[in-house]
Amino acid sequence: MDKTQLLLLLAVALFALGLLGVIVRRNLLVMLMCMELMLNGVNLSLVTFAQQTGTAAGAVLVFLIFVVAAAEIAIAIPIVLVLVRRKGTLEADAFADLKG
Amino acid sequence: MIEHLLQNLDAFLLVIVGVAALVAAALMLVLRQPMQVAMALISAMVLLGGIYGLIGVHFIAAFQVLIYVGAVMVFMVYAIMLLDVRDRSFTLRFSTLLVPGIIGGVLLLAVLAYALWHGLYAPAGTTVSFGLQQFSIAFLNEYWLHFELTSVLLVAAVVAALAVIKVTRKKHG
Repeated sequence: MDKTQLLLLLAVALFALGLLGVIVRRNLLVMLMCMELMLNGVNLSLVTFAQQTGTAAGAVLVFLIFVVAAAEIAIAIPIVLVLVRRKGTLEADAFADLKG
Repeated sequence: MIEHLLQNLDAFLLVIVGVAALVAAALMLVLRQPMQVAMALISAMVLLGGIYGLIGVHFIAAFQVLIYVGAVMVFMVYAIMLLDVRDRSFTLRFSTLLVPGIIGGVLLLAVLAYALWHGLYAPAGTTVSFGLQQFSIAFLNEYWLHFELTSVLLVAAVVAALAVIKVTRKKHG
């Protein structure tokens, strides 16, 4: 197994673990952090592919993902604060109003 | 033995750091307190920065630590300190989707690993390292518009965050 394959496997494992965390955990903040973990896995795969092909496009995309992650967290944290102020809990199941 | 290790020191370190990152990510799923989860995520991100350094993209390693650990996770830690809610999500870590979630996660991992082994993976030997200069030239010549557009996204996020806070403030007087 060579280096590229190893890194891609790590990226895939990080993404799967992040997705699993979003599905199985109850805490809203933990779910948010697991989303960040998924973004990190994608970043690792992008960097690996950019290294493999020798083009800078992958690295540019990683920078854009940094910015998107910062924007995501900047909007997600106030939403979580508002939700907690409304229901007094961090449990994701409590916010099922849209289910009807 | 030691000479052999020193010759492959890069690969050896890469495996160790990768396994440590994987362990930190797995810890995120089982730790109870959100602050512990945040610490595990921070260590995973720092270790990923180490991986970026080891494979030769030092500027991405620097920005990984600066932006992810320095900005995003500090924000996250502040939010965790603000929201010290000991509710059911604290005593009962896992949702009712635990078993189907694990089955789905394992299946996803299996499919992606299978694709890595047999499908999308091109054989190695073409690994070309690119430096900061090549990246900067491509970044500022071809992708400057995309980068400027992300600033619009950032402004939209800031305005949206202010709007969210203001709506609740009006409702609560």
